[in-house]
Amino acid sequence: MTQALHTRLLILGGGPGGYVAAIRAGQLGIDTVLVEADRLGGTCLIRGCIPSKALIHVASKFEAMTHAVGGAGDGIALSSAPTLDLEKTIAWKETVVGKLNSGVAALLKRHKIRVVNGWGRFTDAKTCLVQTPEGEVTIKADTVLLATGSVPAELAHIPFGGDVISSSEALSLSKAPKRLVVIGAGYIGLELGSAFRKFGCEVTVVEALDRILPLYDDALTKPVKTWLEKAGVTLHLAARARGFENGELVVEKGAEVLRLPADKLLVTVGRRPRTVGWGLETMGLDMAGPFVKVNEHMQTGMRGVYAIGDLVGEPMLEHKAAAQAHIAVETIAGKRRSFAPNAIAAVCFTEPEIVACGLSPAEAAAQGIEVISAVFPFAANGRALSMEAGEGGGFTRVVARRSDHRVIGLQAVGQHVSELAGEFCMSVEMGAVLEDLAGTIHVHPTLSETVHEAALRALGHPVHI
Amino acid sequence: MSRFVFKLPDVGEGTAEAEIVAWHVKVGDVVAEDAPLVDVMTDKATVEMTSPVAGKVEVLHGEIGDMAAVGAALVEFAANLAGSDPEPGHAQGHAEPGDGSSALAGTSGEGEALASRPQARPSAPLSRAPGGAEMSSDVAFRLPDVGEGTAEAEIVAWHVKVGDRVEEDAPLVDVMTDKATVEMTSPVTGTVVAIHGDVGAMAAVGGVLVEFSTGPSPKPLSRMPEAPGAAPSPQAGETREAGPSAVLAVSSGPTGRRPPTIPSRAEGERPLASPAVRRRAEDLGVKLSYVAGTGPAGRITHEDLDAFLASDREGRPPTAVSSAYAPREGVEHVKVIGMRRAIARQMQEAKRRIPHFAYVEEVDMTDVERLRAHLNTLHQDRPKLTVLPFIMRALVRVLPDYPQINARFDDEAGVVARSKPVHFGIATQTPQGLMVPVVRHAEALDLWGSAAAVTRAADIARSGKGSKDDLSGSTITITSLGPLGGVATTPVINHPEVAIIGPNKIVERPMVQGGQIVVRKMMNLSSSFDHRVVDGYDAAAFIQRIKALLENPAALFID
Repeated sequence: MTQALHTRLLILGGGPGGYVAAIRAGQLGIDTVLVEADRLGGTCLIRGCIPSKALIHVASKFEAMTHAVGGAGDGIALSSAPTLDLEKTIAWKETVVGKLNSGVAALLKRHKIRVVNGWGRFTDAKTCLVQTPEGEVTIKADTVLLATGSVPAELAHIPFGGDVISSSEALSLSKAPKRLVVIGAGYIGLELGSAFRKFGCEVTVVEALDRILPLYDDALTKPVKTWLEKAGVTLHLAARARGFENGELVVEKGAEVLRLPADKLLVTVGRRPRTVGWGLETMGLDMAGPFVKVNEHMQTGMRGVYAIGDLVGEPMLEHKAAAQAHIAVETIAGKRRSFAPNAIAAVCFTEPEIVACGLSPAEAAAQGIEVISAVFPFAANGRALSMEAGEGGGFTRVVARRSDHRVIGLQAVGQHVSELAGEFCMSVEMGAVLEDLAGTIHVHPTLSETVHEAALRALGHPVHI
Repeated sequence: MSRFVFKLPDVGEGTAEAEIVAWHVKVGDVVAEDAPLVDVMTDKATVEMTSPVAGKVEVLHGEIGDMAAVGAALVEFAANLAGSDPEPGHAQGHAEPGDGSSALAGTSGEGEALASRPQARPSAPLSRAPGGAEMSSDVAFRLPDVGEGTAEAEIVAWHVKVGDRVEEDAPLVDVMTDKATVEMTSPVTGTVVAIHGDVGAMAAVGGVLVEFSTGPSPKPLSRMPEAPGAAPSPQAGETREAGPSAVLAVSSGPTGRRPPTIPSRAEGERPLASPAVRRRAEDLGVKLSYVAGTGPAGRITHEDLDAFLASDREGRPPTAVSSAYAPREGVEHVKVIGMRRAIARQMQEAKRRIPHFAYVEEVDMTDVERLRAHLNTLHQDRPKLTVLPFIMRALVRVLPDYPQINARFDDEAGVVARSKPVHFGIATQTPQGLMVPVVRHAEALDLWGSAAAVTRAADIARSGKGSKDDLSGSTITITSLGPLGGVATTPVINHPEVAIIGPNKIVERPMVQGGQIVVRKMMNLSSSFDHRVVDGYDAAAFIQRIKALLENPAALFID
């Protein structure tokens, strides 16, 4: 049966860009259809942020118990080693995903969004054919919002398949591999690699660059590297994966050729925008490299076609897509909006965690900005010590412009620091100065005191150091 | 010591002068702030004037029984303002009694805040009052008693801001009482160090509106930290609750720290503003790169945006001015204050409380118009009559038979006060907005008397000087748009009255009379009644009586 729909706004993709856009459109009274082939929630909810954080949580718990075997320093002792049923872990993770997934569906319903379940393909910029279980639906729209997201990048010489897996499959393994080799020491590779190490796997990481986590500076990544080494993760930096044959990854490291046996080979060499398979080529859009080109209002080169999220550029982060969703839909609703944040923060759930907002001292220097920068170590923070987070080299760092003390960057590395992101973003986005941070009473005992102390230190009078 | 002249304040009742009825002070008295000085009597009330300053009375102007003009000097003081300081403990900025040099010596060790205090002392006051108290730099201007039994007045416009140097008699602030807007002028020459109350705020009589420093214009700016990020001196930082002299130091601080006009941003640097400010600027179509930021690190605040909007519009997209067909952008937010608020409240009350019904009838005004033309020709020496006095006459003739219409309904008490006299409210458009001055005892006025009373009422309303009596107590209101009269209106009753009569425009219309089409001067009479008090039948009968009188104008003058 062929059905035809007409709508004011058609959103392709039900991820954190698309579904947020749909909800906002509903709030603004825009008649909206959302097309999604998979479950609602996108990469983030189904096979990215949320499931990986669930897995990391379980891994950390498992590791803590393993450490308690025979007695740990804090007085907890387990008489025998814990066991792991990864299948059950994955099932539990699925319940978490399921809750969020149905939550999104309920929100869309409440905002009277029509969700069409099926693969959509544009035949021109304003017409989309959707293959649904009930047949083909033709949707004509006044305005189109593209939120197709991204897919894991593939290595041409090591294609996905068999034991070569992407992050999506890694989050659904029924059994922990004995030997896991990870290609790519970016945040996805290290988060998952660390988690599997905590599950007891032998983990080897191969990275083409000479350093891990290239998005962050050395000071921030050093505690992570230290942990990896201490935890027994083998790191091959400045090493190139040449091929995967007979269960072995062939790696070229300088003049050396290594053969790394792997039960599973996890390839996390980045993500690329999903530009294929849904008729992008029929829409006449301008491109910017691999991405769809948009202006600050999220408008593409085609009138009435908007695009957001991973499809339009870095950073490929959930919160960026959601923010762009607001800009796009409010622009569609006739408001004057532009996407121009001061900073988009990023967190990295490695061991320990990293959170970074705004400019690092080096980035500021590269821009010719003279800065005051100060760090405050977790070793001097009571709360950190009280939850065994004082060791491992964690710290909070503030970066401020020397001329007027404006805070242009805040970063931290250490256990649980991801939750500091709120204050970091708020400070940078509001244009706080060091005196603002110093003059705000921070709650004791919390990790946030390190932000206060770092600001005080930048002003020359820290208390606890 | 400063010289302070207390003048009879504008008492806001259209009163130009007041009679001095009692003096409470004599020359040589030392009076405290708020001590009674003199009783004056206006048309309506006797008002006790209190001293705005503490000081020694040097000159009194006027004997008991004299009329004093508004603005005329009543009392001259040698004002001892240090003594009036409510917290003598921190009077660091105030010099000790004695000569100028000891005053300076007393301040020299007090730190940076004092450095911003004027070093030069005006010589004139010293020479005029030798041996008196040392001059202080602070005078408080309080909202004078405006003599109407009014306890407060609304601030409707400020003419000065902190840091302004004002001359004596320069306008400071406009305040509005129930009935009139009054411009308050400065009692002294000095620098404004603090103003109290935003536009729209209610100021209590006796409350401080403006604080002055009467010393020479301060020049503390060069002493402020050069680097915007540098911490302010402790003295400046802690002066918020300190004495008025310290307020001077702190108020000059920001002025020195932020050049207010030019955005001090590096070329191409993104303006710094919180997301809320950015969003608002986008909504307004303002480019923040044109807006100067006064916050920390040059952050643009909501206030900066307000100031920008109040000044110029450079940040608007150029399309806004380039073509007659360009879309217009932006929304102007106008605060409903002052007269507008009073009107809004009154109209809302009327429409919420009163179940209105409207009744429109057409009246053949041909004969009235003929009579009017005749009378105007006959009495060239008198002011020209309009139609209004005829309508007024008709109403006063008929109203005694409909006492429920010439009435005020106190719906809280459930009492209708039927009035024997007819006091017409005359709806009058003024520059400030709609006002309803009152023509009292219209039943006792002939045609020309009515005309003169209406003219006088309109003048009073337009001048903004009407007293409470001029503007209240009407029993029925007439609302006429004159040449704009339209075909029909649905007038809003002037609460708590119960009826309002709105004559529409007179136009020549073809009418059928005795089977012939004739040209007649027709006018519609649109009226609204309070249905709680006036039944439709009575209202219709009432209007029919008016119609009959106007169509047979001779009957207007026959008992």
